[in-house]
Amino acid sequence: MEFLTTFVNGLSLGGIYAMIALGYTMVYGIAKMLNFAHGDIIMVGGYTILLFLFVNPIVAIIAAMVFCMILGIVVEKVAYKPLRGASPLAVLITAIGVSYLLQSLAQMIFGSAPKYIVIADLGILKIGSLSIGYNTIITLVCSILVMVALSLFVKFSKTGRAMVAVSEDKGAAQLMGINVNRIIMITFAIGSALAALASVFFLLKAPTMTPTFGSLPGIKAFTAAVIGGIGSIPGAMIGGILLGVIECFAQAVPAISPYTDAIEFSILIILLLVKPSGLLGKVRREKV
Amino acid sequence: MSERLLEVTDLEVYYGVINALKGISFHVDKGEIVSLIGANGAGKTTTLHTITGLIRPRKGSIVYKGTDIGHIPAHKIVSMGMVHVPEGRRVFQNLTVYENLLMGAYSQKNKAEIAANLENVFKQFPRLEERRRQLAGTLSGGEQQMLAMGRALLANPELIVLDEPSMGLSPLLVSEIFEIIKSFREAGKTVLLVEQNAKKAMSISDRVYVLETGSITADGAASELINDERIKKAYLGE
Ligand SMILES: Nc1ncnc2c1ncn2[C@@H]1O[C@H](COP(=O)(O)OP(=O)(O)OP(=O)(O)O)[C@@H](O)[C@H]1O
Ligand SMILES: [Mg+2]
Repeated sequence: MEFLTTFVNGLSLGGIYAMIALGYTMVYGIAKMLNFAHGDIIMVGGYTILLFLFVNPIVAIIAAMVFCMILGIVVEKVAYKPLRGASPLAVLITAIGVSYLLQSLAQMIFGSAPKYIVIADLGILKIGSLSIGYNTIITLVCSILVMVALSLFVKFSKTGRAMVAVSEDKGAAQLMGINVNRIIMITFAIGSALAALASVFFLLKAPTMTPTFGSLPGIKAFTAAVIGGIGSIPGAMIGGILLGVIECFAQAVPAISPYTDAIEFSILIILLLVKPSGLLGKVRREKV
Repeated sequence: MSERLLEVTDLEVYYGVINALKGISFHVDKGEIVSLIGANGAGKTTTLHTITGLIRPRKGSIVYKGTDIGHIPAHKIVSMGMVHVPEGRRVFQNLTVYENLLMGAYSQKNKAEIAANLENVFKQFPRLEERRRQLAGTLSGGEQQMLAMGRALLANPELIVLDEPSMGLSPLLVSEIFEIIKSFREAGKTVLLVEQNAKKAMSISDRVYVLETGSITADGAASELINDERIKKAYLGE
């Protein structure tokens, strides 16, 4: 029974990681950059919820998603777009700069002490000896819905197919009449909205927020994206869920629980040694 | 007088300090097949990339249907009726044949017209219909070229710009590709063709421009240039 509880908790946490990893992987696939500030969008989402919670939880969640979407678009326009075509290192350093900027702004506005943000108290579901938080179930269901919706969007919508085309060959995509800048903007908007949604589920798990909150989940989700094969949407989903399950099982065993993070990152390193492109990653050729 | 579709004047293009095009001028009239021939590295692809907006010229003008398009982004040029089938085909490997064709129609709004164009493309390239659910990356080179051309047709082009469509294909397929290019003209379209296969290109063209290291060194009616001693020696292997 405890095994099942841990497994469900792992799937649920994995769902959150997958949502964040999708942002990393889509931005990487389409803009060919590692958006290291992506984790901090989660934190911004959390504080936005804090600001709007006085209205009601649903409004706060929508406000967080909308605000993060706009923030993602603005960051891309102001910080990354001017660097299109610049060396990947310059872009990476800029992204790290954006990350620190967001953290510092949050610290100036909200202080560095943790804020308690209780979106809702959902209680615990008990079936026999099995006990699972409703928040876990909601997280799991929502993350599955998000992943299905995103997959359908990419496969069947005109914009989604254009995203695939841009990720493969920007020049050819332009020759089809695709506005590459617009597709990149949409990608940042979707990724940022998913990060905001992730903050909701983190807050339902543990209702505290700090300016540096996004860093660790950000890095873990990035790890998940790399495990799955960066650039691959199903890869990010699988990588995220795998990482969540591993994390929960590691934490459930007292002897190894202190080393949970180390275990997760070791798995990344080992996997990259065996399969450098990740589980579903492809080795791609680049074309101008 | 024939209607001028594309007029390129004094085009200069640089890659950093490399001067790839040194002030070339040429034009394409409605209904023509015009070939641009030249050795490797002469600047043929650069010319095409510049007129369809993927590269910006340092100098010169590109006038398409009376509009200077030198500063119009590539994705907007497509809906003006100039469509570029790039060198190396560049079909989207991770999309199916059908999805690739839909990408070709990305700039088109009229659903009924898209459906009609799709039907025509399938009629012209039955192979593509058979393989419509197959990923484009798994097609043979010849099939990928057909797909690249079919994809361009879905954009409802007036002027089709083709960059080495016969590259890497077997002689039989090469002949087929040139037949298809001729059929474009019969369908009322205009063609600007870049080819290494100068002989075949000249045999279907009205006019020819010869590009040598960034400059146009000869031009004229295909029927005349094909008998020019210098051209024969340099490009026709005679
Ligand atoms: N992205 C680039 N950066 C720098 N130089 C380039 C670039 N693309 C092309 N060149 C140079 O510009 C010149 C013209 O190249 P281009 O590709 O236009 O030739 P081409 O006539 O199409 O040749 P081919 O028949 O081999 O396709 C060449 O000297 C090439 O090395
Ligand atoms: Mg070329």
